[in-house]
Amino acid sequence: MQSQPIAELRKVTKRYGAVTAASGLDLAILPGEFLSFLGPSGCGKTTALRMLAGFEEATEGEVLIDGQVVNGVPPHRRPVNMVFQQYALFPHLTVAQNVAYGLNQRRPKLPKAEVAAEVARALDMVRLPEFGDRRIWEMSGGQQQRVALARAIINRPKILLLDEPMAALDKKLRHDMQIELKSLQRELGITFVLVTHDQEEALSMSDRICIMDQGRIAQIATPEELYDRPQSRYVADFVGRSNFIPAKVTGHDGGLVVAEAAGALRVLARGDAALPPGAAITLSLRPEEITLATAQEGIEAEVTHRIFLGEHTEYHLKSPSLGTLVAVAPRASEARNGALAPGARVRLHWRDGAALALKDG
Amino acid sequence: MRPGLRTALFLAPATAWLLVMLVMPLVVVIVFSFGERGAAGGYVPAFTLDNYANLGARWTAFRNTLTLAPLGTVLCLLIAWPLAYFLALKADPRWRTVLLILVIVPFWTSLLIRSYAWIQILGGSGLPRIIADLGLGKPRLINTPFAVMVGIVYGYLPLMVFPIYVALEKLDRRLLEASGDLGSPPWRTVLQVTLPLSMAGVATGSMLVFILLMGEFLVPQILGGGKVFFVGNALVDLFLQSRNWPFGAAVAATLVAVMLVTVTLYMRAIRRLSGGRDDVALM
Ligand SMILES: Nc1ncnc2c1ncn2[C@@H]1O[C@H](COP(=O)(O)OP(=O)(O)OP(=O)(O)O)[C@@H](O)[C@H]1O
Ligand SMILES: [Mg+2]
Repeated sequence: MQSQPIAELRKVTKRYGAVTAASGLDLAILPGEFLSFLGPSGCGKTTALRMLAGFEEATEGEVLIDGQVVNGVPPHRRPVNMVFQQYALFPHLTVAQNVAYGLNQRRPKLPKAEVAAEVARALDMVRLPEFGDRRIWEMSGGQQQRVALARAIINRPKILLLDEPMAALDKKLRHDMQIELKSLQRELGITFVLVTHDQEEALSMSDRICIMDQGRIAQIATPEELYDRPQSRYVADFVGRSNFIPAKVTGHDGGLVVAEAAGALRVLARGDAALPPGAAITLSLRPEEITLATAQEGIEAEVTHRIFLGEHTEYHLKSPSLGTLVAVAPRASEARNGALAPGARVRLHWRDGAALALKDG
Repeated sequence: MRPGLRTALFLAPATAWLLVMLVMPLVVVIVFSFGERGAAGGYVPAFTLDNYANLGARWTAFRNTLTLAPLGTVLCLLIAWPLAYFLALKADPRWRTVLLILVIVPFWTSLLIRSYAWIQILGGSGLPRIIADLGLGKPRLINTPFAVMVGIVYGYLPLMVFPIYVALEKLDRRLLEASGDLGSPPWRTVLQVTLPLSMAGVATGSMLVFILLMGEFLVPQILGGGKVFFVGNALVDLFLQSRNWPFGAAVAATLVAVMLVTVTLYMRAIRRLSGGRDDVALM
C-alpha cells in the first residue's frame, strides 16, 4: 500500500517576472524517503526547495505539506527546516545557541534545562559534543556544516530541506558527510529533500531522484532506474555518461527493439514495445557496455585517446560508421589483455539489450 | 626594507599629525588649566588648583551636557534605526539611492542656517501659534530643552543613519530566512538577529553623535537662547567673552576626561551586547 505523501507539489509554476524558474511541477514526496533534486545550474532546484520551505510562493498550483495546502503559510509556521548552502549560521551566537535557536522560538517557552539537554543530544548526533561554547568563526567548514545540520534537526521537522549542503566541502570530507547524512536520516526517520548538481552525490544517497531540466521535471525514479532506463536523452546524458547513436526501428524481437544504425548495423536494444517500425530513435549505450577486441568481427574503430583513471581506463574512439564513442575498460581486464595505444585499430562489441532505445523528440 | 621600518614609515604622517593636532593642544590646555587669569584676561603661568575647585560654578552646563547629549544620542538612535532598517531591507532597491540622498540633503546647507529655520518653526508665530489656534493651549517651544533636542536630532540624524545602514546593508539575508525557517516570526527575527548584527553600526553612529554632542554649542546657542546651554557654550563664553583662559582650560580638560570615561564604559557595554565580537569593537 502506498502511504500518503508527506509533501506534494501540484502543477506548481513559479515565475519571476518574465523568467519561469519552475513550470508545472508535479511531485509527491513520500514519508521517510531521501529525495534529491538533480539538474544543471539554473534549472529551478533551489526554487522548488524554497517553495517547500515557504520563502517563495508558487505563482500557480498548490504546495501541500502533510496533506495541508500551505500556499501563503509563512516559513515560521511550516513544519520543515532547511540547511542553507553557506550554512547561514548566526555569527553573534555560540554553537550551542545556534542549535538551540529553533527550540527557543517555541511558545510557551521550553524550560532551560530541557533545551540544554536537547542541544547536547543534537550536538552528539552530529559528533560535536565538546563544541557548544565555541564561536561560529572558530569552526572549520565541515564543523559548521554539522552545526547547521544540528540546528535544522532540533525541531524534528517533518521534512529536512538541504540546499547543496556539501558544495563547499572538499572531496574527501564530502564523501564522509554523505555517508553520515544518510545514516543520520535513517536514525531520525525524517524525510530528506536534497538539492544538488553533483550526480554522484544524488546517486549514492537518494531513494529517488527528481531530474530537472529548465524548470521542468524530466524524470523521477530510483537511481538504478534512472541509470538503466532513462526516459530521455537528457536524463541518459545527465546521469552517468552515454554514447548516443541515431537509429531507426525496424521491428521487435523477443521483447527487444530491433534497430538499424549507421545504414546496415543491426542492434538489439531495450525499449518501448510500442515503438512503431520506421520510428526515428536514439540508441543510448553506456561506455562500460562496450568491449574492445582486436578480433576480426565487430564494428571498426580507432583509438584516439587513452585516459588512465586508476580503477578503469577511458578510451576515446573514432568509428567510420558510428562517429566518436567513449568506452571504459576496467583496469583488471586491461591488465589481462594489454593496453591499447592511440592509433590502435580495434573492434567494438556489446551484448544484445545493452543499448537503450530512446524515442526522439 | 625591514617590515618594522616600513610600518614606521607608513605610520609617520599619522603620528606626526596626531602629535601636532591632538597631543600638543591637549598639553597646552592642561598646562593652562593650572595657571591664573591675567589682569586683562588670557593666561599667566602659575600652579594652582583653584580653576578645578571652581568647576561647580559651571555645574549647570555640565549637567545639561551630560543629560542632553546622551538623551540626544538615544533619540537619534531610536529614530535612525528604523529608518536605516527600512532603507536597507525594505525599500525598493530602485529607490534606495534616492532615499539615501534625501537623508544627506540637509547637510548641503550649514547647520547654522538650518537652526535659524527652526527658530521660525518653533518660535511664537510657528508651531505654538498653530497649536494655540487649535485650542490646545499656548505652549512655549523655543528656548527650551525640547527645542534644543529637536535641533540636535535634526542635525545629527544622518550621522546615525549611515553607519547603521551600512551594517544592515551587508547583513546576510539568509540569516533572516534561517531565523524564520527555525520558527521565529518576523518581528522576533528583528530583535534576535537583525538588531544584534547591526551593533557595529549602532556603536559607530552613537559614538560619532555622542562625541560631537558633548562639544556642541551651536544648537543650544540658537535654539536654547542662552537658557539651555552646554559646556561648549561655557567654553565659548570663557575663552572669547570673559577671557578667563585658565578656567576655560580646566572646564575643557574636565570635559575631555568625562568623555573618555563615558566612551570607555559605552564601548564595554556594546562589546558585551554583541557577544564579544571584535569586529564590533569600533568602526
Ligand atoms: N529572485 C529571483 N529573481 C529572478 N529570477 C530568479 C530569482 N531566483 C531564481 N531566479 C531564476 O530562476 C531560475 C532557477 O533558479 P534556481 O535558483 O532555482 O536554480 P538552481 O537550479 O538552484 O541553480 P543552481 O544550481 O545554480 O543553484 C534561474 O534562471 C534564475 O536566474
Ligand atoms: Mg540553487
